[in-house]
Amino acid sequence: MKEEIIIAGFGGQGVLSMGKILAYSGLMQGQEVSWLPSYGPEQRGGTANATVILSDERISSPVLNSFDTAIVLNQPSLERFECKVKPGGTLIFDGNGFHKFPTRTDINVYRIDATEYAYANNASKTMNMIILGGLLKVRPIVKVENVLKGLKKSLPERHHHLLDMNEKAIHIGMDLIRKIN
Amino acid sequence: MSTEKKHNTEEVRLMKGNEAIAHAAIRCGCDGYFGYPITPQSEIMETLMDLEPWNTTGMVVLQAESETASINMVYGAAGCGKKAMTSSSSPGVSLMQEGISYMVGAELPCVIVNVMRGGPGLGTIQPSQADYFQTVKGGGHGDYKLITLAPASVQEMADFMVKSFDLAFKYRTPVMILADGIIGQMMEKVVLPPFTPRWTEEEIREQTPWATLGKTPDRKPNVINSLRLEAADMEKLNLVLQSRYREIEQKEVLFEEFECADADYIIVAFGITARICQKTVELARQKGIKAGLIRPITLYPFPTAQIKEYADKVKGMISVEMSAGQMIEDVRLAVNGKVPVEFYGRMGGIVPSPEEVLEALENKLIG
Repeated sequence: MKEEIIIAGFGGQGVLSMGKILAYSGLMQGQEVSWLPSYGPEQRGGTANATVILSDERISSPVLNSFDTAIVLNQPSLERFECKVKPGGTLIFDGNGFHKFPTRTDINVYRIDATEYAYANNASKTMNMIILGGLLKVRPIVKVENVLKGLKKSLPERHHHLLDMNEKAIHIGMDLIRKIN
Repeated sequence: MSTEKKHNTEEVRLMKGNEAIAHAAIRCGCDGYFGYPITPQSEIMETLMDLEPWNTTGMVVLQAESETASINMVYGAAGCGKKAMTSSSSPGVSLMQEGISYMVGAELPCVIVNVMRGGPGLGTIQPSQADYFQTVKGGGHGDYKLITLAPASVQEMADFMVKSFDLAFKYRTPVMILADGIIGQMMEKVVLPPFTPRWTEEEIREQTPWATLGKTPDRKPNVINSLRLEAADMEKLNLVLQSRYREIEQKEVLFEEFECADADYIIVAFGITARICQKTVELARQKGIKAGLIRPITLYPFPTAQIKEYADKVKGMISVEMSAGQMIEDVRLAVNGKVPVEFYGRMGGIVPSPEEVLEALENKLIG
């Protein structure tokens, strides 16, 4: 198994953290993992992205130009990465603030309105976990129990009381995601 | 890649290359880190400050007022036989060149980590490999060489930290770890090296009889100096250095091959670019192109003999770098005109993709 993923959105939406949690989850199930953030000026106010690879075999290049799965959380990221999804791959987007929508028909397109849900339910801090839940519903690449193990590992102990909230967010995301093509 | 180790008692962790450097420095018994923050390597000092090794191993971590001050603090500590290090990124390492040359002149060991970013000038903060010439051909003045290790994974960031101090003290020379923004910033699995205690005063006396530790009645005073006003003395030092470099060239070459045995075309690349090119080799082989990869791990000493050997077996080579073409000169010297050596590179912080390297290989070598 090898899954090459790009997660992209505005700085502050939690894309880098979501990628980290995925990487930690892969680590928990004994996989090879790499997490490559955009650390350039785009992280400072513009779009941010993280490339995450989970693989049963050793990873050659952590730098990729095409992806099995793209998760895009803003318009510029959709425009940049829709074309980089491999045929037959998966595109997940949060439609908040979008005026143009995915057009490709050779990939599986899913919509998850996590931002809208998060604002309506005062859950903006777990917005990225809702989206991660959506991803795991349609691409069960890591087990939820390993995500929680990974979270426990990556979060300082003073934040461990938030683990339940994050688990709930994953399940909300699993219910919220829907296929649109 | 090649140096992946499994220490049974150590857990597998996930961390950034910069963090791995910091953890490994503490674990290998480093006595002092002196540095000044600069992207993309600031996590090295941040992690050290966070780990507070002065409370555990007694290692000093100090933010100097500049890179010039950092390297001179390293000089001072090294003169006392201490394991001292600094780290920076390209513009900061330029500022250190005088200090590096002085340390070579004073025959002092230290480790310098350069997490390269795009230049020239203050440049960009994105990854680059354009400091190859500066590092390998002597960025400071005088006839000297820096042993240079080029890690290609987070694991190697940790492993090379340990290895660099060993080499630095073995040959009484500064050693450079030449990484780039990607290796510094990306997270991968890593098994950290085991804890080695810092040298005691007794061990320092034993290991570094040249260090200035206070004169004892049984020996002449040790002097740490890079100034020799007598030309004959200066030449004598140069001869010592040169004979050391010949020994280093004999004994310390490290490189890695990937799919080279039956290759028609060989890519030569170091650091993160070698990882990218490994994927290129996979893509090429899927298309029926017999490509292979040679990754110099030590950039000085360069694996000249090994590359030369392949020049008789392949149709051509291509050097792929995040620069305008620097290592290619050493590849061409090794190949010595036997087969064409082409170049592909991106500059200023742009990272080539495996696909564009494959396209370059097809266009430039296969035609």
